[in-house]
Amino acid sequence: MVLKLADYKTDVHNDWCPGCGDFGIVNALQMALAEMGIERDKATIFSGIGCSGKTSHFINTYGVHTLHGRVLTFAQGGKLANPDMTVVAVGGDGDGLGIGAGHFVAAGRRNIDMTYIIFDNGVYGLTKGQASPTLKLGEQTKSLPSPNTNSNVNPIGLAVASGFTFVARGYSYDVRHLKDLIVKAVKHKGLSFLDVLQPCPTYNDVNTRDWYAGVDLAQESMERHSRIYKLEDTKFDPTVNYAGEVEVNEKLSQALIKSLEWGDKIPTGVFYQNELVSPFSTRLTDKIPNYLENPPAKQIISNAGSPNTDISKILDSLDV
Amino acid sequence: MRSTDFTWLIGGPQGSGVESGANIFSKVCAQMGYQIFGKREFYSNIKGEHSYFTVRVSDENIHSNVNAVNLMVSFDAETIFRHFDEIVSDGGIIYDSELENIDTDRVRTLDAPFKERLHKFLKSKNKPFTIAGVLETAKENGIKLYPVSFKNLLTELSEELDNPRMRGLVRMYNVLGVSLSLGLINMPSTSLVDSIDDIFSKKPKIAEMNKKAAIFSYNYASNNFENFSHNLTGIQKQPDTILVQGHFGTSLGKMVSGCRFQSYYPITPASDESVYLESNEILEIENDRPGSTIVIQTEDEISAIGMMIGASLTGTRSSTSTSGPGFALMTEALGWAGINEVPIVITLYQRSGPSTGLPTRHGQDDLLFTVFAGCGDFPKIVYASGDIEESFYDTGNCFNYSDKYQIPVIHMMDKFLSSSVVTCKKFNPKKISIDRGKLLDEVEGEYKRFAFTDDGLSPRSKLGMDNGVFWNTGDESDEYGHITEDPQIRIKMMDKRMSRLDLALASIPIIQQAVSFEVHDYTIISWGSTKGPILDAQDMLKKEGIDIGFVQIKLLHPFPTEYVKSLLQDAKVLIDIEANHSGQLGKIFKQNIAREIDYHILKYTGRGMTSTEIYDSLKKIVQNKAAKREILSHGA
Ligand SMILES: Cc1ncc(C[n+]2csc(CCOP(=O)(O)OP(=O)(O)O)c2C)c(N)n1
Ligand code: SF4
Ligand SMILES: [Mg+2]
Repeated sequence: MVLKLADYKTDVHNDWCPGCGDFGIVNALQMALAEMGIERDKATIFSGIGCSGKTSHFINTYGVHTLHGRVLTFAQGGKLANPDMTVVAVGGDGDGLGIGAGHFVAAGRRNIDMTYIIFDNGVYGLTKGQASPTLKLGEQTKSLPSPNTNSNVNPIGLAVASGFTFVARGYSYDVRHLKDLIVKAVKHKGLSFLDVLQPCPTYNDVNTRDWYAGVDLAQESMERHSRIYKLEDTKFDPTVNYAGEVEVNEKLSQALIKSLEWGDKIPTGVFYQNELVSPFSTRLTDKIPNYLENPPAKQIISNAGSPNTDISKILDSLDV
Repeated sequence: MRSTDFTWLIGGPQGSGVESGANIFSKVCAQMGYQIFGKREFYSNIKGEHSYFTVRVSDENIHSNVNAVNLMVSFDAETIFRHFDEIVSDGGIIYDSELENIDTDRVRTLDAPFKERLHKFLKSKNKPFTIAGVLETAKENGIKLYPVSFKNLLTELSEELDNPRMRGLVRMYNVLGVSLSLGLINMPSTSLVDSIDDIFSKKPKIAEMNKKAAIFSYNYASNNFENFSHNLTGIQKQPDTILVQGHFGTSLGKMVSGCRFQSYYPITPASDESVYLESNEILEIENDRPGSTIVIQTEDEISAIGMMIGASLTGTRSSTSTSGPGFALMTEALGWAGINEVPIVITLYQRSGPSTGLPTRHGQDDLLFTVFAGCGDFPKIVYASGDIEESFYDTGNCFNYSDKYQIPVIHMMDKFLSSSVVTCKKFNPKKISIDRGKLLDEVEGEYKRFAFTDDGLSPRSKLGMDNGVFWNTGDESDEYGHITEDPQIRIKMMDKRMSRLDLALASIPIIQQAVSFEVHDYTIISWGSTKGPILDAQDMLKKEGIDIGFVQIKLLHPFPTEYVKSLLQDAKVLIDIEANHSGQLGKIFKQNIAREIDYHILKYTGRGMTSTEIYDSLKKIVQNKAAKREILSHGA
């Protein structure tokens, strides 16, 4: 059966605020799944808690809406036990970079073959607009009683430093570009990360759609002044081609430096990609050769209700 | 009477091979047909602090340690200072004669409160604060002293073998100590060599040297030590006996039960289990290709439970193993598993809290916390094993409960069990059954993961299965698993989930809920690892004509109120025995059964109970001389 975009939509009522950037992300994700033709029952969307966390209910594949900050833990467990399914984890910036930051770093070290998308809106949407970890020092969004007293984390830089092997940024109002990035991320062999700039019209009155579009800059001249540009339109080459230390270090530092660019010019696209790092499944098959053919979820553990695991050798070694 | 009931103690600084020494000793005794109950005590430390191992050896079944030590072997001063007063009057001490002049100030690891107590005692006896002083008091009590210079032993040995490298090998002191002990009690030396081979099987060179040292010191003891009150020359071996360490029951139970995913974060005394599972990650499967257990060390316990839930959603039997502090971090996700009806098994090896508490010591102080763990109302099962052998079969049952009722199960174990080494009947995997409840292999037509059914259990699909798409959420959900806040659905969903508790009580066989070891006027209630010392104390009293009943409660939540009530119908005086301060089982008991507990026997020093202590307190109770709360304190 050929799957259409409509097949990936549920009829669950979507209660995001009108104009929320999340709509663009969920559309892009559905388009990407349709484009890749991934069967509905061969993909699982895991999500965190927040406005963004509701995403899994809007997509007609397996959907696991987990706990605040813990989405990566559930997703990795699922993927490890059933490596045949496509796993995409999604969640807010507070979810992934605040309460869940430890899991973010640990996931990078494992490099399990799955995708993680952060809905980066600079605020804690669902709890009414408190500052999220990506909001810049001194900025004051609508709900803040006073300007933000914390510096921001740099999601791209943190991902690169933690060992994610595909690191990219998208923009929720450039749905086609975002869809392309999601397809690349899902096809990437290893752990891929997408930081998606997502305007929150309700609480973030600093990084608005107009701000990203550079409307404020345009007032000074009549040219188009979108802050957002695409790395692929420049000479930037994110890909590691040989596993040599020099090249890897160069690509890592270039990604890190690029990730610091913010203000009048904001890069989107792929910052870093390295498929030469072993995915976690390879590290497992090195010690458990048939892991991928006979993963935990596929193993038969009993024969008519009786266990089929034979531990007699171990038991015999314990004989007195 | 038993013809053999012998307790041996070996001590030394952490890292000096006390444990491998004790393993060799236990193995030798087990091979000569004896039953073994061994237990390790240690500080939260890697090198230097005092650790010790007591091994009780008998010709009959034993389930506990006793207070009395018959023979102590020591190659350091601290062991002598700390344990000399545990040796019975016809007992013996084998010790390194080089230590005689050491005074208490030389031993840095003796803490001030202990030193104060010791000094007071030695002063009252008019003895100097030295090893010699302490040993004199022992001698005055009839204890036989067997001094031997460990240094000279090694020197003689190195000369005999013409191997000067052996001279300074203090790392072999443990093997010397074990062999001297075995020589003294006339244990045949054949199995000594075998056991050393076994213990050092991965290091043949070291095994070779140790074997030579062992035979040399064994012969030294046979030839030079005068006769001792105990001779353990071996008895008829009991068939189908194995020698196991504490975590073997749950680890092997997990392999057999088909647990194929275990995530964990390191914590004493739980991580041994995970490490053992990983060491045996490739599994032999009858008539099939090999299977495997994926063991993942996570970044914290929150991740451990998250991963385990993710894995379980794919239909994989999944588990984690942790202790109190780790379990505390898991409670939010525990509720998620509860509301999403996910089968998981948490093996909870308790230690003594609160907070970090006594991190390497025993305690049963997490019962109330476990029963009430998690925010909101959701069903779970809390189940406790009483000994290592039981824990193997109980692990199988716990997986079945979690699959059948689609709920989280917490299997409670503890430090007392995890650091014991015991002989028991060989585990029989065929006695474990596998019941996966309503787990589906295929789906036809429209599927609703949380469909309302007559028995409150919905057929369960798994992530990645054809046509089985479902949703999960930590929010309240409708039958598909989508968020709802509808008050009527809320009632139905709540009732559906909570009905599992009644279902579990009605369908778990009563023999798995609680076990009666007779009921008399005086009857004990208890749970978990106190079982062993209670059984032995009960036996000691029976031999004196005093009958005490004992009901071991295994299913702690939901509480088997009616069954326990019926068991205790004829008991007049109830005695609650637990290793915690507040008598936690007593509280649950009272809450459910509305009956007062007459006496509590409690211990919260962090050391396990001995049968002697329980015997003493029970006797006081029967003689009407006991306090309402008997507080035990034996053990260094
Ligand atoms: C353990 C825990 N703490 C706090 C909350 C409350 N909470 C719900 S959503 C949220 C923040 C959401 O912000 P973000 O992750 O950025 O997602 P967004 O709503 O912006 O998409 C918080 C703190 C919670 N659900 N769980
Ligand atoms: S609060 Fe912000 S992020 Fe949340 S739904 Fe509304 S617009 Fe979107
Ligand atoms: Mg946010």
